[in-house]
This record gives sequence, C-alpha cells and structure tokens, in this order.
Amino acid sequence: MAVALILVLIAVGSVVFHLVSPWWWTPIASNWRYIDNTIIITFWITGAVFVAVILFMAYCVYRFRHQAGRQAHYEPENKRLEWWLTIVTGVGVAAMLAPGLFVWQQFITVPDDATDIEIFGQQWQWSFRLPGPDGQLATSDTRLISPDNPLGINRDDPKSQDDVVIEGGELHLPVNRPVKALLRSADVLHDFYVPEFRAKMDLVPGQVSFIWFTPTRTGTFEILCAELCGVGHPQMRGKVIVQEESDYQAWLQDKAPTSFARLTPDAMSGTAVPD
Amino acid sequence: MVDVPLGSAGVVTAPDVEDVELYHPHSWVTKYVFSQDAKVIAIQYAFVALSVGLIALVLSWLMRLQLGFPGVFSFIDANAYYQFVTMHGMMMVVYVLTALFLGGFGNYLIPLMVGARDMVFPYVNMLSFWIYFLAVFILVASFFAPGGPTGAGWTLYPPQAITSGTPGGQEWGIILMLVSLMVFIIGFTMGGLNYVVTVLQARARGMTLMRMPLTVWGIFTASFMALLAFPALFVGAVMMLFDRMLGTSFFMPAMVEMGQPLDRNGGSPLLFQHLFWFFGHPEVYIVALPAFGIVSDLISTHARRNIFGYRMMVWALLAIGALSFVVWAHHMYVSGMNPYFGFFFATTTLIIAIPTAIKVYNWILTLWRGDIHLTVPMLFALAFIVTFVNGGLTGLFLGNVVVDVPLSDTMFVVAHFHMVMGVAPILVIFGAIYHWYPKVTGRMLNDGLGKLHFWVTFLGAYAIFFPMHYLGLMGIPRRYHDIGDMAFVPPSAHTLNAFITIVALIVGATQLAFVFNLFWSLRHGREAGGNPWRATTLEWQTPETPPPHGNWGRDVPVVYRWAYDYSVPGADQDFLPQNQPGPTRATTGAGHG
Amino acid sequence: MGSILLFLSILAIIATLWLSRQGIASKPWLEQEAAVVLSDLPVQPADPTTIGLRIFLAVVGSFFALFISAYAMRMQLPDWRALPLPPILWLNTIMLVLSSIALQGAKVAVGHGERVELKASLIAAGISALAFLSGQLVAWQQLSDEGYRLAASPANDFFYVLTGAHGLHLLGGLVALTRTTEMAWRVPVPERLRLSVELCATYWHFLLLLWLLLLSIWLGWAGRFIDICRQLLT
Repeated sequence: MAVALILVLIAVGSVVFHLVSPWWWTPIASNWRYIDNTIIITFWITGAVFVAVILFMAYCVYRFRHQAGRQAHYEPENKRLEWWLTIVTGVGVAAMLAPGLFVWQQFITVPDDATDIEIFGQQWQWSFRLPGPDGQLATSDTRLISPDNPLGINRDDPKSQDDVVIEGGELHLPVNRPVKALLRSADVLHDFYVPEFRAKMDLVPGQVSFIWFTPTRTGTFEILCAELCGVGHPQMRGKVIVQEESDYQAWLQDKAPTSFARLTPDAMSGTAVPD
Repeated sequence: MVDVPLGSAGVVTAPDVEDVELYHPHSWVTKYVFSQDAKVIAIQYAFVALSVGLIALVLSWLMRLQLGFPGVFSFIDANAYYQFVTMHGMMMVVYVLTALFLGGFGNYLIPLMVGARDMVFPYVNMLSFWIYFLAVFILVASFFAPGGPTGAGWTLYPPQAITSGTPGGQEWGIILMLVSLMVFIIGFTMGGLNYVVTVLQARARGMTLMRMPLTVWGIFTASFMALLAFPALFVGAVMMLFDRMLGTSFFMPAMVEMGQPLDRNGGSPLLFQHLFWFFGHPEVYIVALPAFGIVSDLISTHARRNIFGYRMMVWALLAIGALSFVVWAHHMYVSGMNPYFGFFFATTTLIIAIPTAIKVYNWILTLWRGDIHLTVPMLFALAFIVTFVNGGLTGLFLGNVVVDVPLSDTMFVVAHFHMVMGVAPILVIFGAIYHWYPKVTGRMLNDGLGKLHFWVTFLGAYAIFFPMHYLGLMGIPRRYHDIGDMAFVPPSAHTLNAFITIVALIVGATQLAFVFNLFWSLRHGREAGGNPWRATTLEWQTPETPPPHGNWGRDVPVVYRWAYDYSVPGADQDFLPQNQPGPTRATTGAGHG
Repeated sequence: MGSILLFLSILAIIATLWLSRQGIASKPWLEQEAAVVLSDLPVQPADPTTIGLRIFLAVVGSFFALFISAYAMRMQLPDWRALPLPPILWLNTIMLVLSSIALQGAKVAVGHGERVELKASLIAAGISALAFLSGQLVAWQQLSDEGYRLAASPANDFFYVLTGAHGLHLLGGLVALTRTTEMAWRVPVPERLRLSVELCATYWHFLLLLWLLLLSIWLGWAGRFIDICRQLLT
C-alpha cells in the first residue's frame, strides 16, 4: 500500500515539479525557437509515458500485492499486446524524431545572406574576428600565431587587411541578421555556448567548425565554454552584445582603427608585395 | 511452434567422479587467494569493485561539497575538483559497474545458472581477477603520483588530456590512467572469454539457449559486446600514450599552448572521440544489459510469475546489443564532426528506444496479475524501473540530434546519465546482492536495515538527480568547478545545488548501513536454507549452500524446463525448479502465441 | 569507421546464423519433458579451447579493424604523406607465409601421428617466425635511417604502431608455439598436443591474413579495391 502510494507520489510529484519549479530555460534570443518547440513536444510525449508507466506500476503493486491464497496468472506471452505496444512506441518515437530531423536540417543549412564571423578560443579566453568592410575573412593557420598575430591570420591574404580582431573582449552583433560563426581553437577543445541562443558547437584545434544563428533580441548575453578545456574552464567567459543595426555600425566604425592592418604594422609590408 | 532438437545447443556430459576430485582445494592460499573457483573469484571481484565504489562515493561527496557550497572548502580547488570528477567517473563506469556486473555477478551466476561446475578456463579466470586488481592498484596509485591523478574528465579528450592546462596532463596522472585502462582491458578480455565460452560450451544437459535465465542472457550479451568494444578504448589509449610519451601526432594537431607553439602536426582530436565513443556507447549497454537480465529475474521470482514475453525479452537484448554499436556518434553532435552524420545517428539512437521500451513493458506486465511479494530485492527492482524509465526518457531528448544541441554538455546530461546508468544499475546491484547473498553466505541480510537502505537510497537518488535536469535546462554547463555568477542563473539555483549536496551526503552515509549489514549478517543473519525465495533457477537447487567448489556434488543437474515456471496451473507449488522432471503441466494458459 | 563496421557486420551475420540454429524462436515454456529426448543426442564435439581461440581472434580482429579505421580516417585529411615501404617487407612476408605453411604441415603430421615430421615442422615454423620478426626490426631500422622516424608524420606513427602491434601478437604466439614444441618432445602424441598444434596453426593463419591485409593497405591495393567496389555500386 505504502509502496504504491509512494510510486504515485513520485509520478505526480515529478509533474508538479516540472510545472511549478522556478528553473526553466532562459528567454530565447535567437531564431532557434524550433528547438524549444521540439523540446516541448518531447516533454509532452515522454512525460505522458513516464506517468503512465509509473501509475500502472503503482496500480499493479497495489492490486496484485501478495495476499493469502493469491496465485499469479500464468501467461508466458501475449503476442498481440506486445506488437501493439511496439507499434505505439514506434509511432511515439517517430513523432519526436521527425520534427527533430527537420529542424536539424535547418540547423546545418546556412542561409546565403549570413555574415561570416570568426570565434576563436584559447585557454582560457574568447577572441573574435569580424570581416570589416569587404565582408570576407582572410584565411588563417594555427602555425602563424605569434604575439602580434594572436589569431594566426594569413598576412599574405589581401582580405586580411580590414579584418577586425577583438581579443578577449566582447562580441558585437547586429540584431536580426543571420551570422555564420566559424569556430577555431588554438589549443584544446572549447565549446561556444550562449544559453539564450540555444545553439552550441565545439571549437576543434586543427579544423574549422561552424554554427549559424540569427540574434532576434538586443541585449547582453553571456558566452560560456561548454567543453572541458582545463582548470580554467569555468572562467572562460565572454559577452555577446546584440545591438540595433545603427548602433552596431557605429561601434564597427570605432573599431576600424584596430583592424588587422593597423594592429600589426609588419602586416603592411607583408601585403605590399602581392599587390 | 517450432520443434527444436534440444541438445544441439551443446551440452556436456556429467564429469566422472574422479574429475570431481579436482575441485578440492589444496591449501588456504589456493582456496581464498589464488583461487580458481569462479565463486571465490566473483567475491574477490565484488569486494574490490565495491571498495573502489566507496572511494568513488567519497569523491562524489567532495565534488558535491564544492558545487553546493562553493568556496567554503578551500582544499577543493579547481585542480582537485577536476581530478575528483575524472576519477569518480572512470572508477564508476569501468572499475565498479563493469567489473561488478561481469566479473562479480558473471563469475558467480553463469556457472551456477547454466549448471556448470566452473568456468571453462579457471586458471585464466584467476589471472583475470589479479590483472584487474593490478589495474585498480595502478589507478589508485595515481593519487599518490607527482601531480596527482588526471583531471581530463572521464572522456579523456585530447589534446586537453595531455597538455599542461589539465591536472596530470604533463605529469603522471594521464599515463597511469591509460596504463591502468589497458591493463584492465587485458584482464577483462581473459574474463570475458571465460564468460562467453562457458555459456556456449558448458551448459548442463537440457539447458538450451532459450531455457537460460535472462540474467545469463544479459551477462552473456554484455560480455560479448565488451570483448568487441573494449579494443576501441585500447586502441585509443595506445595512441594517446604514444602522443603523450613519444611525441607522435595521432590526436595532436598543430597547436599553440599558452603562447608556446608545440611541435605537433596534423593529428585529429575527433579521431579519439570516435574511438572513445565506439567503446563508450556499447559500454553503457555493457552495464545496462546485465542489469536488465538480473532485474527480469528479480521481478519474475518475487512476483511469482513467469517473465512476460520471454522471447521478446531475449530478442530485445540481442537487438539492443547489436544496435548499440551504430549509435556512438550521438555523443558527438556538437563535436564539430560532419553535421550530416546527425541524421543517421539520431535515427539509430531513437530506434534503440523501441526494444528498450519493450523490455520496460514486459517488466510491468510481469507485475500485472502477479503475486507481488514486496521483499527488499523486489523493492529495488521497482525502483530500478522508475529510475530507468526516467533516465531512458531523457535519453530521447539527448539522442534527438537537435534537442541535444542546447542540452549537450549541461547538467541535464549529468542528471540523465546518472539516472540511467548510475542510479538504475546500482539499484539493481543492491537488489541482486539482497537476492543472492543467502546463496553466497547461507544467511539472509537484515530486512529492516535493507528497507532503510532502500528507501533512503531510492528517494534520495531521485531527489538528487531529478531536479538536476532543470539546472541543465536552464543552461548551467557541466564540469564547472564553480558556477560563479551567471546573469541567467537565479539565486534559487544555488539553493537547489546546496539541497542536492545535502541529500547526496545523506544517501552516501546510508551506504554505510548497507556495508554494515553485509558484515553483520555474515554472522547474525537468519539462516537462509538452500532456496529462500523459492526460485526456479539452477543456482538455488545446489545440494549445499553455499555451494562448494565444483557446485553440484557428484552429478551435474539435468534441465527439464525453462527458467520461469512460476505459478503453473495444476502444479502443487508455485514454482517448478528447472531440474525437476514432470509433472506435465496443464495445457491451459500456455500462451496465446 | 568503415572497416570496424564491416568487421562487426560479418560477426553479426555469423552470430545470427548460429543463433537461428539454436531455436531462438522456440517457445521454451511448451517444451516440458524434453530432457527425455536429450539423452540420445550427441555431445557437442568442439573443444572449449577452440571456441575460446575463435572468440579471441574476433577480439584481435576488432582491435586491428579499429586501428585500420583510425588509419583510414586520418588518411583522408589533406596533409597525408605516405612513407615508402622498405623492400625487406617482401622477404618478411615470404617468411611469414613459410611459417604458416610449416604449421599447417605440423597439423597434418600430428593428425597422422608422424612425430619426426611434426618436430621438424614446428621448429621450421618457429625459425621462420623469428626471421619475420627480425626482418621487421630491420625494416624499422632502415626506415629510421632514411629519416622516416616515429613522430615525424602521422603515416609513420601508424606504420610503426601497426607493425609493432602485429609483431607483439606474433611474439605472444611464439610463446604458445614454444610450449607446444616442448610438448612434442615430451608427450607421446595425445589429444592435447594435437589440439595445441591446431590452435597454433589457426592463430598463425590469422596473423598471416592480417599481415597481408595490412600490407595491401600500405601498398594502396585496399584503397583501390574499395574504389572499384564503389564504382560498381554507383
């Protein structure tokens, strides 16, 4: 009796906790509302299954508890019942998988009008690179990293001149413009994670991974590292500041003097040759 | 109905009487230390694994103290914290759960349940344990090595695992960890060959595959999977050891560490992740399948009812075992691998939910119309279903590629895998110990202490890990030594963390009651007799309890029926042991199949 | 991860075929009293050690399939530069083939109870296996003299580790072979000696196959073969 009651309490308690607990996801600030929707669908389906299974179990424990003279029913299997349950489960699984795959297709298909930016991780800070007026990022290589070229940008690439490098600072983004972030790491694995954007992706040394999103709300959001990267892992924080287009342009103008060309004087001589 | 020629499955003749003489140990050392008796080896495995479990428990306390009360305990700095996290994870997954289920329960139960006198290669079996012991020794030694144990996280992802920004990365920690794992795998392979070949070759006359208890099926399938999956970890460990010690570049790309370029080129960190998870995901099922098998038998015995849908249960076990080899990259959705893999791995991962769900249905359908005795093992089995269903369902979040994106690497993942492969299998281990302790020692464990242990452990563990999901949903990443101040984290989340820590301390302390019970009942427990649970399977039918070396006295048993003849209509008692010939059961109720 | 998946699929097919002959679809609860039928049935002939070795070979196969998978994945990256194979590898290959043939001869000899031939073949197998191993060491020496040292490039890393792993497995086999040879001198051809020789032969053939596979990968034959298969499929 007590056991059945506790089982019921667990099922009901879990649902109540889900509904009233103050701990829930942060208000979304990107276009990935679909992800939230898929999570909601999954919550509904899995929640229903959880409650059904536990309540049925509680019923069995109460109804078929040992009493004098009770004998269990002998029934090795019931094919029909088992097949039904299998099919229903299959349908439930498909109902979660289908929207999931559909949204994943969107998640990995970068829109054509997305602006390239670079997010660069090293132990334990974030750096960023914005393309500047030409709208394009120069190529880069970890082997080129040096004190005056912290991101290892290829100086021979003419596109490097106007790239804006922001070291250990804040990433500014214009609102409602899709962004394709190219992710690079100098040393170990990191993971670019902004809870409000929902999206996250690893930065892998030796390769360039990517992620895309459209900020949909202005404000300041925290960048966290979500892949263990050594003892400084929790301290690896950054900020992303989503601004109105005009504010963003104004900020970019301010930053123009810190473009790669100005930042590293010898870069000038480097590019003078190919031109 | 298919007519099966029984015995084509491989049966052995009862050994001659002279052979039985072989099973007399000659000295104290060969009986208790370098014993070749699978049952003694099982107890050795279980004792060492449970001891490692206690160390891992203490480590989890230290982690929780830091998370619940950050900054209060100054000796838990970031270095120490990551070392605790890593050692706790690796110890629990490999050295406790795998060793306990396969080395402990496998050794004890396989020969007894299939009606063999011992494992087929007893000497190799003994070596297996001592090599495991050596692996544990190396692992624990890393606590005392310069720089301490590795703090790379149990996933040991390079380049981080072997660089100086990680505790033990450029010191002894990571080397000892890798060597210990390799030694463990060698030892396990010896044991695993035994478990598999014993099931294949040493079954008693009449014990066809489909008459085996699900416990044997679970351990057999898991052993086979482990034999094929552990090499992946071995390969990864060899390559990482080369990278760390000989300067090769298997996993090390060109990189600049703290401003210093390292002399490496062209390694692929993702390659390690593929190898690791090619082992790591089957590993989840290597722990889960024995638990599935054992819990099936616990439920069936204590509900006095045959396991519902036995055939489906066997097929589901095999299907899960096979599928688990093609889902590994669902741990890598946000790893930067080719994003198109996501479609394939999300699909296979969610398909695996179907056979798993079938197993859950059949467990609760076994309860239905049963005669449920709420003994301590049964309570643990019920608790297993609750936690396993909970953890399994959150697995559907993480397996569904796009849902995984926001949740991956957050506390949600931590809560999920602790629920599904921490709490759930451990509840089964407890249930199984309460269930088989009478066979091992001849005495029952104390019931009152058992119930106290059960309620605190079950409700406590649920209270620890259920709310933890919501911290992850909020966005708190895992493996943070200190959450610090994040704008989106309300103060109530810190209160929740403190609450979780306090519950964890209580649950941990209650395990001492269990340990006490284990030792106290050895002397003072109620005499159990040979078959206290009135169970059908062969291990309860031994002529002596505890069974001596050789198990069966003069004659090995002959098997006449499957393992689940409970409450057969027309029988004079509510169970028919597998080795009991006739009476022919009433044909009514023989299934709708 | 293609090679390991291929390898596991083959194992899965074998397992499925085997299981399908074990009455995996039967309804065990209907088979009461069946033990009566059993008493007339023959006892399983295969020896546990033979089965044990086969499963162990599956484990070793999995180990190398994973290594080869890793190799194939790494090879696809653009900076891959293969290393030249030292010609002595051909001589080594011949040695390993001879070793395998000698053990096959030993197997036949032990079957016919011909002790002199058995001893001779066992010794021959041992010597040619040792020649193979020494040849491998020479190959390493030559490579490192030419500057293809370990840690110089990923291709080198893989070459050294794979040949090393293969050599260690053969070395382990040599321990078993030594014990078998010793037995051939002491014991007058009982079942155990026959079994021992057979097990060694099986293990040797497996290592030979594995070596040929590795060689074909380094020579690029395996890659070309896969390309042809792909073209046939598309």
